[in-house]
Amino acid sequence: MTVFVAVQTDDFCQASEYDELRRNAGCGAIVTFCGLVRDLQSTTLSGMTLEHYPGMTEKALKDIAYKAKSRWELGAVHIIHRVGYLKPNAQIVFVGVASAHRAAAFSACEFIMDYLKNQAPFWKKEHTTEAEYWVASKDSDKVALARWEH
Amino acid sequence: MQINIRFFALLREQLGCEHIEFDYQGERTIAALRHTLAAHGDAWLALINGNTLAAINHTLCQDHAIISEGDEVAFFPPVTGG
Repeated sequence: MTVFVAVQTDDFCQASEYDELRRNAGCGAIVTFCGLVRDLQSTTLSGMTLEHYPGMTEKALKDIAYKAKSRWELGAVHIIHRVGYLKPNAQIVFVGVASAHRAAAFSACEFIMDYLKNQAPFWKKEHTTEAEYWVASKDSDKVALARWEH
Repeated sequence: MQINIRFFALLREQLGCEHIEFDYQGERTIAALRHTLAAHGDAWLALINGNTLAAINHTLCQDHAIISEGDEVAFFPPVTGG
């Protein structure tokens, strides 16, 4: 299985990642996910800063990709996560999974996002015109993770 | 033993500290280290009162995990990426 992981300030191109995943021999399905900066609390959001733990972040993302591989037959996994200052509507995260069959690709993509949300060391700080605050973790993310841990 | 301790995000801001090189003589568990650090002042109580996560050498760990000489230990709030 091909695993590609990147933590970067630069934007990414979903089409290029898709083309790369499509080169994977024997793959009959590709599922991709993109997460964007959304204005959660008000209309005054000016942007957010994503902090991470260099070194651990890349390792955590690779571990998650290989954990997915141990559950489903996967041809390739690409995970890209941006860090630094991002404006509303900017792309934050890309996950792409190529597999022989769609069921594995759909499940693995959700699995990777659920683990990333709970275990990859990224932290969001939102900036509004009035203040800045660290985003709190959500119980719904823990619930989403729990469904895979049985 | 010498260990390297790092703090991130809200915890880093609350402590006013990003990184310490620490000569640690206590019991070699994350739980014991949390208690030693918590004695440094009110802000440091977050290490035992909150939901702060811990990692040893870039891997998330539980409170019973064992620390060794030269390890990089990190404490940080629950993650919010994605």
